[in-house]
Amino acid sequence: MSEPEKELVHLTINQIPVAVPKGTKILQAAAKIHIDIPHLCFHEDQRIKAHCRLCSVEVTGRRRLYAACSTECWEGMEVHTDTPIVRSTQVAILELMLANHNRDCLSCPRNQNCDLQHLVSRFNIQRSALPSIVKDTGRIVTNPAIVREPDKCIRCGRCIRACKDVQGIAALTYAHRSDDIVVTTAYDQPMEATDCVLCGQCSLVCPTGAIVERDRTQSVLRALQDPHKHVIVQTAPAVRVALGDAFGLGAGAIATGQMVTALKLLGFDKVFDTNFGADLTIMEEGYEFLDRLQHGGTLPMLTSCCPAWVTYMEKEYGACLAHLSTAKSPMGMFGAVAKTSYAEAAGIPREDIVTVAIMPCTAKKAEAARPELGRGGRQDIDYVLTTRELIKLIKYVGLTFHDLPETPFDSPLGEATGAGAIFGATGGVMEAALRTVVERATGKPLQEIEFSAVRGMEGIREATVDIGSRTVRVAVCHTLRNAAKLMAAVRSGTSPYDFIEVMACPGGCAGGGGQPLGTTRAITKERIASLYAIDRSLPHRKSHENPVIQKLYERDLGAPLSPKAHDLLHTTYHEIPPACTF
Amino acid sequence: MEEVRFLTANFGRYDTSSISSYMNIGGFSALKKAVTMDGEDIAALIAANKVKGRGGAAYDMGRKWSQARAVKGKDKVIICNADEGETTTFKDRELIRQDPFNLIEAMIIAGYVMGATDGYIYMRAEYACFRPLLLSAIRQAERYGFLGTDILGRGFDFHLHLYSGAGAYVCGEGTALIRSIEGKAGRPRMKPPFIKVSGLFARPTCLNNVESLSLVPHLLLDAEKRYAALGTEESRGTKMVSVAGNVNAPGAFEIPFGTPLGDIIARAGGVQGGRRIRVLQLGGASGKVQAGTDEVLDTPYTYEDLAAIGLTVGSGGILVVDERTSLIDFLRMNQEFFSEECCGQCTPCREGNVHIARFLEKLQAGTITEEEIGLMSGIAEVMSRSSLCGLGETAQNTLLSAMRVFPEVFTAGGASHE
Repeated sequence: MSEPEKELVHLTINQIPVAVPKGTKILQAAAKIHIDIPHLCFHEDQRIKAHCRLCSVEVTGRRRLYAACSTECWEGMEVHTDTPIVRSTQVAILELMLANHNRDCLSCPRNQNCDLQHLVSRFNIQRSALPSIVKDTGRIVTNPAIVREPDKCIRCGRCIRACKDVQGIAALTYAHRSDDIVVTTAYDQPMEATDCVLCGQCSLVCPTGAIVERDRTQSVLRALQDPHKHVIVQTAPAVRVALGDAFGLGAGAIATGQMVTALKLLGFDKVFDTNFGADLTIMEEGYEFLDRLQHGGTLPMLTSCCPAWVTYMEKEYGACLAHLSTAKSPMGMFGAVAKTSYAEAAGIPREDIVTVAIMPCTAKKAEAARPELGRGGRQDIDYVLTTRELIKLIKYVGLTFHDLPETPFDSPLGEATGAGAIFGATGGVMEAALRTVVERATGKPLQEIEFSAVRGMEGIREATVDIGSRTVRVAVCHTLRNAAKLMAAVRSGTSPYDFIEVMACPGGCAGGGGQPLGTTRAITKERIASLYAIDRSLPHRKSHENPVIQKLYERDLGAPLSPKAHDLLHTTYHEIPPACTF
Repeated sequence: MEEVRFLTANFGRYDTSSISSYMNIGGFSALKKAVTMDGEDIAALIAANKVKGRGGAAYDMGRKWSQARAVKGKDKVIICNADEGETTTFKDRELIRQDPFNLIEAMIIAGYVMGATDGYIYMRAEYACFRPLLLSAIRQAERYGFLGTDILGRGFDFHLHLYSGAGAYVCGEGTALIRSIEGKAGRPRMKPPFIKVSGLFARPTCLNNVESLSLVPHLLLDAEKRYAALGTEESRGTKMVSVAGNVNAPGAFEIPFGTPLGDIIARAGGVQGGRRIRVLQLGGASGKVQAGTDEVLDTPYTYEDLAAIGLTVGSGGILVVDERTSLIDFLRMNQEFFSEECCGQCTPCREGNVHIARFLEKLQAGTITEEEIGLMSGIAEVMSRSSLCGLGETAQNTLLSAMRVFPEVFTAGGASHE
């Protein structure tokens, strides 16, 4: 069945006739005829704010200008996007923004990758006519994951919408009014003292350098230059399908081979795969689930690989922490193995190994600093770089990324299955776990390896799976706003599910807060499709079939959930009480 | 000057704390008449009298009611905008203080016409002293069955709520007002959705000013068509105005449309010390200005005559500034108001106000350049045509009109003209 045809309205934009479905805004109607009306607060995944007013356009017969982002086209409307009034207004608005913006672009992390800078360049504003009125100059608010520079904020409200509408957290909000208005936390508390979980969705949508990831590229370069260090890197599944975006390969391009080559050329001694860690996570988490089922453990079990989600649990649902799987995240497991089994096998002292993780995530930076993820005063993961920082490093060394030859991951920690690959998509952890759990519980090979019910972009999906002795009910959700819906029942003890996967970011890690700027839901979907394509292309698609994992258990760990496995691969959680109570 | 009493007909005639006192002078007979009529005919009656909204925007009120009636949807809401935040504007205050039951009656009639189930009076924080009066009036109206369920046995339910603002001027703007009642920060939002479709708590909402509403019961009982006989063809009837500033007897009173501006000022006791008027501002801080010339003072107070000399009725406030205050001092004071009251969301208004305040400072200090005067008027124009809400759109009305009326002040050495 085709969709019922929507009523069309006819208008002209710069005298070019356009017909668009009723309800279409001027901005999209103009895009249809290849006109890009400048905008800053508008973001295609967010509800319309109409704050920045940059998209003001003229409509014949009307005195006021209309915001193209928020004005619906009407029949017979005559829009003009290129008149002297429109252009002088847009330039004036940009000048007003610039006058209240830290214009130290050369030292800004968003230099040449800034929406405001692009527009200033597009309108050829060479010298601002207005004097600077920046307050709070040079203030930098930082934490392990996110850096805020309030004097670069243009008050567009994108971060506020991401925090509130996507995550349901609202750690960032407007405070005060008139020219005192700022984007900040309640009572200007540090972000980590609020409900913020450091997911970084704010940094992904910020059009300027006001909110960025905490940059560790220089620390990593220093480690790479240190001849005494054996520097190894792991790359999360969602990075390889996003990196190409920034180098013109297109949304969702699979750039695994080029990425490995680039990391080799950057000087990493070994380039490994977090997907290996993911396979290991499935072993531990899958067996943990079976163990909970068989021995009356706390159910539903909740996945624990997303650090923003884990922090959310620790901050909001401290009484429910027993539901969280104790299995470390793939990054955490990888780090533990790298600095123990791998170090021993390679004959390198633990203290000479530097582990770097390339993650689509800002929260992973804070996860790596958790005391549970270290031993003997050393962290298992030394540095976490986001996809965005890797892009910077690749540009730093001047590689023509799109032309790079492909290189396979190094052995042994580069060996991974398709189950590990799909960790980067919402529903992927659940599907990977089910592949192992069902096969182990029934003792029979799976008939259908793909669990399509848990795939897709619906906010909450659920499935019922027969594991032989019984049927289990599972649920998958992405964004914390959706997680809160599922957690209400978990808290009250009425959840119908046995196993729940939660990813904080929209689409899972594919849409992570550390992914390239410009990430949208549409692009995230392309990345997810590519992750499933990688899965289909691999010889092994179940974590327990990973030969290196099998060997690791044989040689070192014994069996999943063994004391040694527990010591190395499991963790603990702690309730984080509210930083301030009134 | 001849006194007319149409809107103020009930002032002083009853005990405002007693519903029976109000009923003794014929109170609620307009409601009783209204419920025998078709709502559309009531909207038509308002339209026939060419009533324009009295909050400031002067939107055709009969049309607004017809449109609100036509909106499909359950749980419609009527809001009475009693925020009266415009400077020099305090005429709604008198309507609330001296005739609270008429306002409540008007709200019930509006509810009947629109098919609304709830009414809200959003009253500015500074009018908290009238809360006991209005609350008592509402409770009494409930006891007498004028509010609640099955009103007057017509199967029509209507509940009235009183809500106080927290002191922000911008909350007189419809969408900000609604957010304020909803418990959110009082900041305007973009439209659509228009509040007539999705307003308070996402319900279809019709928002009217105190004076606009207060007029309705009187119009319904105006069998001899006294109202239409007053005023001019385009500006019919009477209007509440409030006169403030350098006059001997500031106050709010009712005038027939068409009264010359000079006569209104005379009614307020004339200019203090018989001084020369430096500037007249009509419609509060977002209003426009004129000089105190004979031509201006002879201008009849009507929508059309004021428009001809670049003024508007606006909120009904009239500020008289005598020669002791310089134009620039006055403009800086006016600017200070907007620099304080802007909500801060949209770029032109948030940033524009800061720069204009600075340019005015330089104008006063005599250090402004011709180029900066150009920038100042340019920013004011950008604010007027591209701001998110009515506040930003009108914040520079005063400055822009002053630049037209007193061009000699807006020159590099303009301060010396003061």
